[in-house]
Amino acid sequence: MGADAVFRVDGLRKSFGQNEVLGGISVELHAGEVTVLMGANGAGKSTLVKIISGVYSRGSGSMQLAGKVFDPQTPAEAIRAGVVTVHQNINDGVVADLDVATNLTLDRLSGKGVPTFFNPARVRREAKAVADRMGLAIDLKARVSDLSLADRQMVAIARAMAHRPKVLILDEPTSSLSSAEADRLFALIDRLREQGVAILYISHRMSDIRRLADRIISMRDGVVSGVFDRKPLDYEGAVNAMLGRKIHLDRVVARNSAHPVLTVEGLRIAPGARPISLTLGAGEVVAVTGLVGVGKTALAETLFGVRRPLSGAMTLNGKPYAPGSTGEAIAAGVFLVAKDRGENGIVGGFNIERNISLPFHRRMSRFSVLKRRIERATARRQIDELGIVCRSEKDEMSALSGGNQQKVMVARWMAQEARLFILDEPFQGVDISARRDIAAKLRASADGRATLLFVTELDEALETADRILVMSEQTIVGEHRNADIDLERLLAEVAGGPLHSAA
Amino acid sequence: MMLRDHAIRYGFIVLLFGLIAYFAVAADGFVSPQSAVFIFQSVAITGVLALGVTATLVVGGFDLSIGSVATSAMMAASYVMVVLEQNAVVAVVACLLIGVLVGLINGWLIVYMRVPDLLATLGMMFLLVGLQRIPTEGRSIATGMTMPDGSVANGKFSDAFLALGRHRFDFFIPNLIPVSVVVLLVLAVLIWFFLEYTRFGRMMYAVGSNERAAELAGAPVKAYKIWAYVISGVFASIGGILLAARLGRGDIASGNNLLLDAVAAALIGYAVLGAAKPNAFGTAVGAVFVGVLLQGLTMMNAPYYTQDFVKGVVLVVALVFTFALSGRGKR
Repeated sequence: MGADAVFRVDGLRKSFGQNEVLGGISVELHAGEVTVLMGANGAGKSTLVKIISGVYSRGSGSMQLAGKVFDPQTPAEAIRAGVVTVHQNINDGVVADLDVATNLTLDRLSGKGVPTFFNPARVRREAKAVADRMGLAIDLKARVSDLSLADRQMVAIARAMAHRPKVLILDEPTSSLSSAEADRLFALIDRLREQGVAILYISHRMSDIRRLADRIISMRDGVVSGVFDRKPLDYEGAVNAMLGRKIHLDRVVARNSAHPVLTVEGLRIAPGARPISLTLGAGEVVAVTGLVGVGKTALAETLFGVRRPLSGAMTLNGKPYAPGSTGEAIAAGVFLVAKDRGENGIVGGFNIERNISLPFHRRMSRFSVLKRRIERATARRQIDELGIVCRSEKDEMSALSGGNQQKVMVARWMAQEARLFILDEPFQGVDISARRDIAAKLRASADGRATLLFVTELDEALETADRILVMSEQTIVGEHRNADIDLERLLAEVAGGPLHSAA
Repeated sequence: MMLRDHAIRYGFIVLLFGLIAYFAVAADGFVSPQSAVFIFQSVAITGVLALGVTATLVVGGFDLSIGSVATSAMMAASYVMVVLEQNAVVAVVACLLIGVLVGLINGWLIVYMRVPDLLATLGMMFLLVGLQRIPTEGRSIATGMTMPDGSVANGKFSDAFLALGRHRFDFFIPNLIPVSVVVLLVLAVLIWFFLEYTRFGRMMYAVGSNERAAELAGAPVKAYKIWAYVISGVFASIGGILLAARLGRGDIASGNNLLLDAVAAALIGYAVLGAAKPNAFGTAVGAVFVGVLLQGLTMMNAPYYTQDFVKGVVLVVALVFTFALSGRGKR
C-alpha cells in the first residue's frame, strides 16, 4: 500500500512549550481517495493540518509529497507545492466584496509574471475554465456576499482547486451547511476524487463520514490510534479508537411528564405558516429536529422573547407568558443557549467567570454593585459541574477548545434554576466526548424544569431526548416518543413537503 | 513570556515614573506640590472629557462631539449669565441639560437611525460648532458686549460660578487645590467604580465586546448604548462649565484642542496595566501622563509648538503597547 502514497507523513512530532501535541504521527494519503481524519477536540487534528499547510513548523519527523521532501515554511509554499487547505471558517477562503470570477482567480492577481493591469475579460475567461472543471453552477458575476454559505464554500474549494493540487485538505467543511447543501459538496468531492486528488477530510459528522470515506484514520492524544481501510469500513471501531472507550448509542429511557410547564397554543412564527401547539412537561427533555431553515431558531427566539409571534398564546407555569424582551424571558425563568456561540454567546473580552455570570448580574449584586465573591464561587461550581477543562476561572475564552467553550455557554445558563431551558444547536462544533458530557448533564439535571433542544442532527435528538418533535416549514409536523421510534416515518416528516422536493 | 507580560502590564506605569524621576533631576522645582497641582489643573478639563468618551468606547462606540459639547456648554453658561442675567445654578443646570440632550440625540442617531457612531457624532460636532455661534452672531460673550439688536448685555459671571474655576481648597498648604482638579478626581473615581464594580458597567463592557451576546443575556442593549452617550455628553458639559469658569467669558475661539487631547488620553489608557480595552483608571493615568510630559518639557524650556508632536508620539507608543505587544488587538 505504502508505495503509491502521494503524500506521506512520517513520525511527525510537535510540542508547544512543555506540552507535546503530536507524538510521532505517520499518515499516508493516496491519489483518488478520501481519507477521513477523526479525533476528539484536542487530539491534535488542527495542529497536524496546520503543519501540513505550512502554518506551523514541525518539531521532528518528515513529510514527502510525490516522493520528494515536502517542507513548507509558509502556507504559500505549501500551496505552490500542491497541498491546498480549505479551512473551517468559510469566509476565510473568499473575499465577500468581490464577485465570484475574481474570487476564483484571486491567487493570480499577485506574484511574478502577472500583468500590472486588471483585465476583467481575461479574469472571467480563466474563472470560467475553473468553474467548468469543478462543475460549478454559480453565476460568476454574483458578489460572494450575496451567496449562501454553501455556495461560498463551493467557491472557496473551487478557488483552492484552481491550483490543481495533488492534496486537498478539507477541515470540517459541512459544519455550517444544511444536508441538501452538504449533498452538493459531496458531489463536488466525488468529482475531485475521480480526478485523482488525494483528499484529507476532517469531520465530526458520522453521516458525512459514512457517505465519503475510503479510509478512516483515528487520532487520540496526538497519536494515530487506528487506521481503517478494509471495506466495509468499521465505523464503530473508528469511533472507539478515537474516544478510547466503548461507546454505543445509549438508548435513553424515555420519561413521561404529567406536570405541564409550558403550553403553546396556535403560535404562528412566520406568515403563511400553520400554527404550532405544544406542551412541555416538567422533567422531560424534548428535542425539536428538522432541516436547516425550517424555523427552529425562529421558534427558539420566539419562546425567548427575541421576536414576537404573529399570533397565538403561551402559558408558563399556569400564567400567561408573552415576553417583550430577552430580559423579561430570563426574569420569567426561560433561558436560551443560543446557537453559534462565537456569534451569539461568547463575550470575547470576558474571561470564563464573567462569561458565566453575564445573564445574572442583577441576582449577583447588591445595590447594583456586583458581589465578586459570589461570581467567582458560581463560576468555580459550574466549571466543576460541567467538567470544563481550564487552568482557572480567570482563563480567557480563546484559550479553550470548542467543546469547552460550549460547556461554558451551557454552564452560564445552568448557574440558575430555569423553568424552561432552551438550547439551540448545543452540539454544533463540539467533539463527541464534550457532546456526551453536555447531554448527560442535561438529562441528569432535567428535574423540575422543561428542557427543549433544537438540533438538526437526528442522532443528537435520539441520544438526548424523551420526546422528539419534527419541524418543517415553520411549524411542527410530527411527534415521537423516544422509544421504539418509527424512524422511517420520522425521516419522512423531516424531509416532507415542497422544501424537500426543491432540494 | 513572563518578562513580556510584565512589560505589557507595567511598562507604561514604569515609563510614567521614569519620566517623573527624569524631570525631577533635570528640571528645577518639578517636584513640588504646586507643580503637581499645576499638572492636574492643566489636564483637568481634557481629563473630564476623556472619562466621558471612555464610556462610549466601552460600549464599542465613539463620541467626536465632546469638544463641541464642551464649548457649547461654555457659550451657554456665558449666555445665561451675561445676556439672560441668571445666576450660577441656572447656568450649570442649562449646561448639564445640553449635555444630556446632545447625548440622547447622539444615541438616538446611532441606535435608531443606524448612523455609524463616528459619522453621527461628527455631524453633531459640526452642528454644535455652528449652533453655539448663532445667538450672538459669531461674537464672543463678555459683560458689556453689544448684542446683534444693538442692546448692551449687562449681566456678569456670578462669583459663585467663577469660583468653580478659581477657588482653591487648602490641602496642607493654603489655597492649593483648584476646584477643577477635585471635580476631575471625583468624576474619575465615580466612573471607575461604575465601570468596574457595578452591573451596569459590566454589561456595558459586554455590549462593547459582543452586542448580540449581551442582548441574548437579557440586556437592553439600545438603552445601554444611549446611556453611554448621555454620560459622555454630561461629562463634556461639565468640562465646558469648568472651562467657562476658568476663562470668565464665552470665548468663541477656545477649546479647539479639547477633543483630540481627550481622545488621546482615553486611547493611551488602553495601554495602562495591559488592559487593552477602554478603562477609567487608564484614561486618568493617560491624561496625567500627557500633563507630566508637557509640564516637564515646558519647565525645561521646550518651545510650545512641540507640544502636539510630543502628544502624538506618546499616543503612537501607547497604541503599539496595546495592539502589537499584548496581541489582543487581533480580531
